[in-house]
Amino acid sequence: MIASNDWLWELDGWIVLAGILCAISASLVGNFLVLRKTSMLGDAISHAVLPGLAAAFLITGSRHSLPMFIGAALVGIFTAAMTQWIRDSGKVDEGASMGVVFTSLFALGLVMIVRAADTVDLDPGCVLYGAIELTPLDTIPVGSLEVPRVIITMGLVTIVNLAFVIAFFKELRLTSFDTFYADTVGFASRRVHYLLMTLVAITAVASFESVGNILVVAMFIVPPAAARLLTDRLSVMILISAVLGTVSAVIGHWSAVALPRLLGYSSTSTAGMIAVISGVVLTLAIAFSPKQGLLPRYVRGLRLELSILRDDVLAFLFRLQERTPQAFASHDHVSASLRANSLLVRFILTRERHRGNLVYGESGYRLSSTGNQSAVNLVRAHRLWEQYLVDQTGMDSNRIHEHAERFEHIANKQIRDDLERETQYPKSDPHGSPIPKESE
Amino acid sequence: MTDIPLSISDLTVAYHRKPVIWDIAVNIPPGTLVGVVGPNGAGKSTLLKACLDLIPVTSGRVEFFGKAYQEVRHRVAYVPQRESVDWDFPILAIDVVAMGLYRQIGWFLPVRKRHLQTAQAALDRVGIGDLANRQISQLSGGQQQRVFLARALVQQADLYLMDEPFAAVDAATETAIVEILKQMKTDGKTAVVIHHDLQTVRDYFDYVILLNMRVVAAGAVDEVFTNENLQKTYGGRLTLLDQATEAMRRREIKT
Repeated sequence: MIASNDWLWELDGWIVLAGILCAISASLVGNFLVLRKTSMLGDAISHAVLPGLAAAFLITGSRHSLPMFIGAALVGIFTAAMTQWIRDSGKVDEGASMGVVFTSLFALGLVMIVRAADTVDLDPGCVLYGAIELTPLDTIPVGSLEVPRVIITMGLVTIVNLAFVIAFFKELRLTSFDTFYADTVGFASRRVHYLLMTLVAITAVASFESVGNILVVAMFIVPPAAARLLTDRLSVMILISAVLGTVSAVIGHWSAVALPRLLGYSSTSTAGMIAVISGVVLTLAIAFSPKQGLLPRYVRGLRLELSILRDDVLAFLFRLQERTPQAFASHDHVSASLRANSLLVRFILTRERHRGNLVYGESGYRLSSTGNQSAVNLVRAHRLWEQYLVDQTGMDSNRIHEHAERFEHIANKQIRDDLERETQYPKSDPHGSPIPKESE
Repeated sequence: MTDIPLSISDLTVAYHRKPVIWDIAVNIPPGTLVGVVGPNGAGKSTLLKACLDLIPVTSGRVEFFGKAYQEVRHRVAYVPQRESVDWDFPILAIDVVAMGLYRQIGWFLPVRKRHLQTAQAALDRVGIGDLANRQISQLSGGQQQRVFLARALVQQADLYLMDEPFAAVDAATETAIVEILKQMKTDGKTAVVIHHDLQTVRDYFDYVILLNMRVVAAGAVDEVFTNENLQKTYGGRLTLLDQATEAMRRREIKT
């Protein structure tokens, strides 16, 4: 699968690992951004940390990690606090106040970087989409191994985030679910909020060199959003989001480096591709998630449609045989009379024949004795509903058929018995057709 | 005086300088069931939240059992409005109930088996023990309200502040909540309940606070819950028609 001359584990292995660590550390805290419905705050903070970075950089004159983290963390908390303050006192909603805060800070950071660009080496383009490809170049010896600096930073951040989520799992869950209640039981939700925001800021800064401050937003939000669709348990959701992040990082780098070569193109941006792949993963989750997914929903809909059509076919044959006891109905006759899709009708007729509900003769289908029994109850439900609607709601008898047509599918024995009692055991329906006896 | 569960004096709360409630002064006697009644926007929820220090207070003093709220948190339990949280949150009913024990468990420490047993017992008590392992979005409105009630019960508080526990619940839930309120009273506990249905005030409560930005009247139901006071509370507009529309509104939500 992987062409050997395009993929060198000594280089690509580190790049993939950097991507994985970014994805895991971001999705660990990102789950709570998504659940608190403050996804935009992740976006805001990751942009707003820029002036903090630039300031740290201008003051110390180096790209050393520690001052940068401190600068970024301070600005991150500042962003969260400013957003809150503008929302409370400026009478604007949270989204708007975030927009105000983070664009201003981002612009300030950009101005500072450009101003400093003459004297120092910091590239505004790198700010946007990072330089994960350069991961293996800047290494620190650890024992006998040369480990890239980025890996060590990201590894530490991942450990810190993991420890945070494990230690504060209960507190995070409480404050994310019910802020006011959390305060009343003595868990200051504000404190947990700012702690979370600090870690978001730190994660944003750490990932910044690798994936840039725009794509990191995809890592905060997209895997947790996809995971949310796949489970109803918080701990499982966090786990799935980390797995999806990892998968996106691996496939993302491969699609950026090896895949284009296989297809005869030159390689493309790994960070960009990781974000694209996580978008694809989210799309798949939307399509296939067991509960809300489009496909499972479609299948459930189709199943329901088929079961209704089956009822209709059996009831149709019952009525036909009621009028002409020896009648057979051809496939065309059935689908034309029911105005149903011919293919679906064909499917139902074949299936019901195999189940023994229908028999096939020279000129078409008719009910078998078992088929007759299930059809009796359907027709009985239909006619009882019609009687009920006329009795109880005074509806006109030529408007009731359609309603009864819908209700007959949700009538079990209990409902049929109740209907019969409430309509005082009628012999025939409003159209004069006899109401058959319940069949076992 | 220290056994007065809730004592409020001169309490005023304002949003953007516009007072929402002002000059509230009321003493809740111990061992009573108190209904807080008033029209929409009268500041009922604000009153509870202000007492619990959840929103900034412009002026005034609130004492629980003669002390500041921070000192006696463990004796007070809050049941927020059901709509105040996201019921799609990935969490099971029993885990929500266990939140009532978090204070007792403390920071960092995990929820243990015996805590879950306590939570289960509370769910049994409100009659939905069999739904403990359902994700909360799969519960009906009434069942969700009972989860909230169970969460407050495990706190074993002496004073319960409940924000519209009867709003949009089914008849079975309403009965279950009333039973639990009665049990609380028997155990000498106090409950302050925001309530919308004027017809049931006499049946459910001993004491009533009629609120419309200020306290129109507060006292024993028999003395205070009069047509005259109700008219003052509802701005003189309280006709049978209003009562009926209010009842209709509630039915609508129930179905």
